[in-house]
Amino acid sequence: MIRGSRNTTDSDVSGRSVFSLGCLSNAGSSTLRLLAIACLFLFFAAAPRYAAAADSLADTSATWPTWQQWKRVLSLQDYNTRVVLLGVSVLGAGAGLVGSFTLLRKRALMGDALSHASLPGIAMAFIIASALGRDGKSLGYLLTGATVSGLLGVAAILWIRNKTRLKEDAALGIVLSVFFGAGIALLGIVQQMQYSSAAGLESFIYGKTASMGSNDAKLIIVASAIAIVVCLGLFKELKILCFDEAFAGSRGFPIVWLDIVLMSMVVLITIVGLQAVGLILMIALMVIPAAAARFWTHELWRMSVYSVVIGTVGCVLGAVLSAVFPNLPSGAMIVLVCSFFFFLSMMFGTARGVVIRTYRRRRLNRRIARQHLLRAMYEHLEPNTIGAGVKSSRFESKAAVTVSELLPMRSWGWGRLLPTIRAAQEDELLRFTDDNVFFTRSGFVEAARLTRQHRLWEMYLIAYADVAPGLVDRGADDIEHVLGPEIVDQLEDLLEEQKMTVEIPESPHGIGVPESAGPQPGGSTS
Amino acid sequence: MNKQTSSQLGDALASSESTSSAPGLSTDPLCPLSVYDLTVAYHRKPVIWDVGFDLPAGQLIGVVGPNGAGKSTLLKAIMDLIPRASGRVRVFGDTYAHNRKRVGYVPQRESVDWQFPVSALDVVTMGLYDDIGWFFPVRKKHRARALEALDRVGIADLANRQISQLSGGQQQRTFLARALVQDADLYLMDEPFAAVDAATERAIVEILRDLKKREKTAVVIHHDLQTVPEYFDHVILLNMRVVSHGPVSETFTSENLQKTYGGRLTLLDEVTEAMRRREQAL
Repeated sequence: MIRGSRNTTDSDVSGRSVFSLGCLSNAGSSTLRLLAIACLFLFFAAAPRYAAAADSLADTSATWPTWQQWKRVLSLQDYNTRVVLLGVSVLGAGAGLVGSFTLLRKRALMGDALSHASLPGIAMAFIIASALGRDGKSLGYLLTGATVSGLLGVAAILWIRNKTRLKEDAALGIVLSVFFGAGIALLGIVQQMQYSSAAGLESFIYGKTASMGSNDAKLIIVASAIAIVVCLGLFKELKILCFDEAFAGSRGFPIVWLDIVLMSMVVLITIVGLQAVGLILMIALMVIPAAAARFWTHELWRMSVYSVVIGTVGCVLGAVLSAVFPNLPSGAMIVLVCSFFFFLSMMFGTARGVVIRTYRRRRLNRRIARQHLLRAMYEHLEPNTIGAGVKSSRFESKAAVTVSELLPMRSWGWGRLLPTIRAAQEDELLRFTDDNVFFTRSGFVEAARLTRQHRLWEMYLIAYADVAPGLVDRGADDIEHVLGPEIVDQLEDLLEEQKMTVEIPESPHGIGVPESAGPQPGGSTS
Repeated sequence: MNKQTSSQLGDALASSESTSSAPGLSTDPLCPLSVYDLTVAYHRKPVIWDVGFDLPAGQLIGVVGPNGAGKSTLLKAIMDLIPRASGRVRVFGDTYAHNRKRVGYVPQRESVDWQFPVSALDVVTMGLYDDIGWFFPVRKKHRARALEALDRVGIADLANRQISQLSGGQQQRTFLARALVQDADLYLMDEPFAAVDAATERAIVEILRDLKKREKTAVVIHHDLQTVPEYFDHVILLNMRVVSHGPVSETFTSENLQKTYGGRLTLLDEVTEAMRRREQAL
């Protein structure tokens, strides 16, 4: 019914349309299959001997391609492959660069609304062009329609936001779904009309790089080049816009116009990317590379470069996958490859990755626990030995603290105290024999340093921040673990001005008092 | 003489404001900031009403008032960042747009996302972006100037640190340095003392006094009434309207503060409420 027998102009297109419709009809199962294959590929791509395994999981409709097919794509033998790969790589670069700015401007979802809202425009453009006796599938008409209705969608969002009390997210959700729904309905109407050559419009939904011709690639290259030139030329202006709109305005930068320029870049990239990535997933190409890049750096220009690289590589790999597995829509493959990079970045990113953050937090927690232990021991020994003038060389080896004495000093249980003691023993700060804990020489020096630091900070808080002596332990406890040596120096200077002693001062509060009163700071910090 | 009058008239016409000469609006180029009849409304709710004052040059001026009194709105309206319902502003005798380079702005610290991928030096350099000009990149000499400004606020050693890794006080100093780097003559600061540590507060006060020594003017929104007499020479008490303004010794009285901060049923509130009811009835 859909494959038009009258379609003589472009037999290639009708073949494609059968494909994309096939994907539509069993979207549910194909999504699962697609995920399975993507995972398999990403892990076993280098080892062809796993091909059999992939074969058995994916049923016959998506068989593992032969080496010949791989070679054909990867060696860029076909002119078409070269065109497609060039097109998507430039698209990925443009989307990565524009995306890093929209992400920071917190306008990422605008791109999503824009691409979804373009669907009715595509259908309308086809209907109108066909009714006028033109070629409805000419990319020029379709993209013009997409742009117009996409912009209408964005305008509708802004209008709803400004005229009602609805928030932007609600306006976005409404407009996005209404436009997309209208688009789907219009596509249905198109298919029932006599212009049956409409089959192929669906590739705009899921993306189909294979349909990219050299003219399409040229369009993408021109659009991406414009976007890249504009973003680089206005790099510092966009930077100040994204960081501090009010300050940019006070310096005379036209915020509204800069926003319009940025949104125009989004429109440009989104519209030319529709065909390759599809309008549902186009947003991913704008957001994912930029978000992934953010995990690797704290500098905007580096983030932009990484985002461009991730976008480019993701697009190329996705298009290659889509080319060798002809059942898999290119949009989905591109997004999956980009998401894979995103996942890697999120976990292992050197600036903000999960692994490095967890590691840093663990290390900090261990250090805090150790400092608590050393100070608790020092304070426990203080009244009887250190304060009583016993020679330090004696109590280093003789004065012991039992674990049961340490336990009530902080909110720690055996489960946390014992590993801390053992770790400190390994670093030769303590000796631990049958429930008795002794300082080593270096351990004692460290404990004295920590106690001094803690009390300096407490006195600073009392002297300068008007903290009551009874409450000061808590505030000091939270911050002392992060005091650097230069801050300790400053504290000493300050307190020296105040003629306060800078030996190990006495605790400004009774040691026992804050420990028993109220919740324990140790519990909250570690 | 005649020519001068006509050029003034032309100016007024050109700036599409009312042609009658404005009483109380100072076009004296020595007056750092003159505001006349300024009203700003969000939707239908007026935020500031008929605000007017002339500020003396070379003074530290505190703007004080309860939450929602329109203090930030006032600064933003002065800089044309938000549309005004009425009123005019003169900065050194001319429009803000003309004398923009002589004004340094320190926005509220909470107004930006401190997770943004830039370093402290980058942020300070932003104060020079309009000097650098469109399309031109930041160059070494600009970074050197930015570093100098960071040194003035005492955190030059943190120049390359990402801004999320700065403490609140250091972030505030960064913002201050961004305004200082422009070497402006009038500074508009939105709550620079909000939630900063004692050391930063002292550092900011030092900077303000240094500015005064160099005959600059600073308008500072301030929330801590106790320190007003110590920090400022001149004070504007604001609660939608200017309740009072003038030298601290004369203006900062308990009576005026009562008028500014007094309970919900001040005369002003009653009038506002009556106006609102009338507006709704219409």
